[in-house]
Amino acid sequence: MTVVRAVETWTLEPLTQYVTEAGARLVLLMTPAGQVLAQSGFSRAVDVMAASALGAAIVASTNELARQMGQPPFAGLTHQGRRHGIFLSAFDTDRGTLVVLVVYELDASSLGLVQLFLEQLVADLRAASPKAGVPKQVLAADFERELNDSLNSLFGR
Amino acid sequence: MSTPFSPLGRALDLITRVRGVRGAMVVSRADGLVVAEQLMEGIKGGAVAALASSLAGRLQRAMVSAGLGPSQFWHLQCDHGALLVVPAGEGLLLVAVTEADVNVGLVRLELLRAAETGA
Repeated sequence: MTVVRAVETWTLEPLTQYVTEAGARLVLLMTPAGQVLAQSGFSRAVDVMAASALGAAIVASTNELARQMGQPPFAGLTHQGRRHGIFLSAFDTDRGTLVVLVVYELDASSLGLVQLFLEQLVADLRAASPKAGVPKQVLAADFERELNDSLNSLFGR
Repeated sequence: MSTPFSPLGRALDLITRVRGVRGAMVVSRADGLVVAEQLMEGIKGGAVAALASSLAGRLQRAMVSAGLGPSQFWHLQCDHGALLVVPAGEGLLLVAVTEADVNVGLVRLELLRAAETGA
């Protein structure tokens, strides 16, 4: 069974259920800025950082593309390879806009399953998300400690 | 999703004309998405498509592992209805959602006929 690790614990249960039901290989839940809230399936911090940065960049690029076309932001983006598929979607919660990046193996899951259970994941995250409060002031001195705490949470150290 | 005048629409039309059929769909086998559908209200086409294609993939592996070859027709009977599925060509599934007392033989015939015509 794939373990889900979360920096923000309210994401843990919805994401664990999603990973199980959708048969996802890798899942990353993050903000549009690339800040990771939870992950499943990754074993190295460098992979999480690369995936979150690239995922955030794709969301930013496609949002801008949609804006230039005079359209609302895309609801989802999918890429299918020979053995794996990648699905990226952004949605609003009380915690702000969140982005989910899902990698699935084609012989274990499908785009249909990934999308189907995403609806449930979004509903569960919306129900569980804390209400937006006043943003905490980030001090340089705290930044490294918070970053290390987040990485420790994401990799169970 | 499909017009009754398209080939897919015509195939689905013939299936849904059978009494007791609540809907029919053409589903992409690889990604579990709906290609065309004619469904009664209340049937979640996207969910049925995704789960049927997932099941089809697993059944296919079970059949091949058992040395039986690929499946040609499957029938899942439930308390309040049934799901009838026929693989159509390389990448599609024809799915019928029916009531419990449907004439399964007739629906199967229409599904196989639609599959033969390349729906």
